[in-house]
Amino acid sequence: MTPRIYIPQDSSAISVGADTVADRLAERLVASLGNKEVEFVRNGSRGLFWLEPMIEVETDAGRVAYGPVGADDVDSLIEQGLLEGAQAHPLSQGLTEEIPYLKNQQRLTFKRIGLIDPLSIRDYQAHDGFKGLKRVITMSCQACVDEVKKSGLRGRGGAAFPTGIKWQTVLDAGAAAGQKYITCNADEGDSGTFADRLQMEADPFALIEGMTIAGIAVGADMGYIYLREEYPHAHAILEQAIAIATEHNFLGKDILGSGKNFNIQVRLGAKAYICGEETSMLESLEGKRGEVRAKPPLPALEGLFGKPTVVNNVISLSSIPIIFAEGADYYKDFGMGRSRGTMPFQLAGNLKQPGLVELGFGVTLHSLLYDYGGGSASGRPLRVVQVGGPLGTYLPESQWQVEMDYEQLAAIKGVLGHGGLVAFDDTVDMSQQARFSMEFCAVESCGKCTPCRIGSVRGVEVIDKICSNEDRDSNLDLLNSLCDTMENGSLCAMGGMTPFPIRSALEHFSDDFK
Amino acid sequence: MSDSKNTGAVNTAIDANHHLEGALLPILHQVQNNLGHIPADQVGIIAKALNLSRAEVHGVISFYPSFTTSPQGTNVIEVCRAESCQAMGGRKIEATVKSALGVNFEETTECGKFTLEPVYCLGNCACSPTVKINSQIYGRVTSHSVVSLIENLRQAGDQK
Ligand SMILES: Cc1cc2nc3c(=O)[nH]c(=O)nc-3n(C[C@H](O)[C@H](O)[C@H](O)COP(=O)(O)O)c2cc1C
Ligand code: SF4
Ligand code: FES
Repeated sequence: MTPRIYIPQDSSAISVGADTVADRLAERLVASLGNKEVEFVRNGSRGLFWLEPMIEVETDAGRVAYGPVGADDVDSLIEQGLLEGAQAHPLSQGLTEEIPYLKNQQRLTFKRIGLIDPLSIRDYQAHDGFKGLKRVITMSCQACVDEVKKSGLRGRGGAAFPTGIKWQTVLDAGAAAGQKYITCNADEGDSGTFADRLQMEADPFALIEGMTIAGIAVGADMGYIYLREEYPHAHAILEQAIAIATEHNFLGKDILGSGKNFNIQVRLGAKAYICGEETSMLESLEGKRGEVRAKPPLPALEGLFGKPTVVNNVISLSSIPIIFAEGADYYKDFGMGRSRGTMPFQLAGNLKQPGLVELGFGVTLHSLLYDYGGGSASGRPLRVVQVGGPLGTYLPESQWQVEMDYEQLAAIKGVLGHGGLVAFDDTVDMSQQARFSMEFCAVESCGKCTPCRIGSVRGVEVIDKICSNEDRDSNLDLLNSLCDTMENGSLCAMGGMTPFPIRSALEHFSDDFK
Repeated sequence: MSDSKNTGAVNTAIDANHHLEGALLPILHQVQNNLGHIPADQVGIIAKALNLSRAEVHGVISFYPSFTTSPQGTNVIEVCRAESCQAMGGRKIEATVKSALGVNFEETTECGKFTLEPVYCLGNCACSPTVKINSQIYGRVTSHSVVSLIENLRQAGDQK
């Protein structure tokens, strides 16, 4: 058997040297093996980022892992039996599937990541790819939308709106509306999140299949992926995947002989966080300034170029194939309460084991931080976690027993958002974190409403005054009323939720503001 | 750079994209990539091709941080300022890079070799802190590793 070695081509793996490792391995193996062949596969990451660059070798017992591998480790790995999957080397991690971090997950949406070559349509199909689409072309539009409703899937981009209901509105807009669109929100601006990127880089066909199913279900034949410019690697992979899928008739005209057409184009953002807000994204796709639109009208009725439009996040759409392949009931069985299915939690910040953890809703934050995250990277005590991106609440230790679902978090004034967790150790200064929230809002505001545009600039000044003990009490009052004004007087969640992290910092860490 | 070269690049971008729905951003991206900026005197050509006013095109260019109307340094260094990187010492990286280059964010060094830009998350949060130098992302950087990356570029001359 030709030895097969996997080295991720994921952009995070590359950011810590995966390409250099791949080059070194190739060079050394050619030198030591002569003509004997080795097969290299550039897979996606398994999402165990603390082990990246993580290389794997196929053995009779399954794939074994080594990581984090530096270029300087390559010689000793080869000497100690890398090609045979020997496990003597200090970087050995044993069978990949047995690593508890991975083994204990419930990988549904991400079931293929790292396992397959992202651009091998054969690999994709060998792992249940396009099974959902093949079922969809035998179903009526209404039956498709019903299946999504039944799955309980809610938008993973942040707002958690039921996906099936959104699709129903677009389907009901009827054929008389003319053109309809599927738009995929791949702007992923939230700090601490990388699930969209990983999905697109490691398993792009799942997103393509999900969008195609959406198109067939609601009667749209055109799809756009609005991708942030910061993801050039994902861009290259998506373009190739779209071309391959089209070549194999999973996209384009008369898909699999169904008589249905669907095409996808990728459009790049231009480094504006606000363009992740759905109406701002639509403006940007139309070639305009990304200013937020007032709602109503709903994008589902008057969206892109005024036409009925589905706007869904990358993960929402990439979860569609498995819902159709395995059935809505299968998917719905995971999770708790009104949060059904799985969530890709993204462990980031000061953690020993950052990475992607996909689990049914309901795991505790504490378990994510310690059972998976392994505690702090610095070795110091963890102090606070920001959940749900830059507009998310800072949660102190007393709240870490919260079960991670939309409702439980809302009950403690938290948000799950896109599922990012950023952990901080005890060196964090929460007054500076609060200040940054205001600063970020000032930088990223679209400028349409005064409380957001001006309020955030004032907010930075007021926090500075509080920290330097200038008129402390009256400035604290001022900050509070500024937060009220932003919450009540902003058109979108940028201005409306910036107070969330700030208020939580003030409430739980007031000593930091002295 | 001659005006005719600029006009050539702008016309190429228009020809390649004007048939698209919402063609303005794709055109601006292509011009920015090819010329390193969008020359102010080319805005009229773009506006005319898309039946827009100059003011509309200016409005779009000024809205998006990716588009610049003046040339950037030979190397663009972006430091992630967002929360996950902050939690892993990003503020220190920011300060180190500023002092190594002797400029602030959104400034270019006098020699023209480096432009420093802030960036708010590169999706590399599981390998924080992160910087991006030209098209390459570097994760788990330290003050030491960033400074040596910059020094290499300084010595390598005008490479991109
Ligand atoms: C300031 C702001 C930024 C947002 N950024 C994103 C984003 O980057 N990606 C995303 O999918 N949704 C983002 N959203 C949520 C979108 O407005 C929208 O709810 C979502 O794309 C709908 O898709 P879903 O139902 O599949 O989640 C953002 C919202 C706001 C207010
Ligand atoms: S809240 Fe801020 S970002 Fe949202 S519409 Fe108003 S100004 Fe724009
Ligand atoms: S916060 Fe820096 S890469 Fe995400």
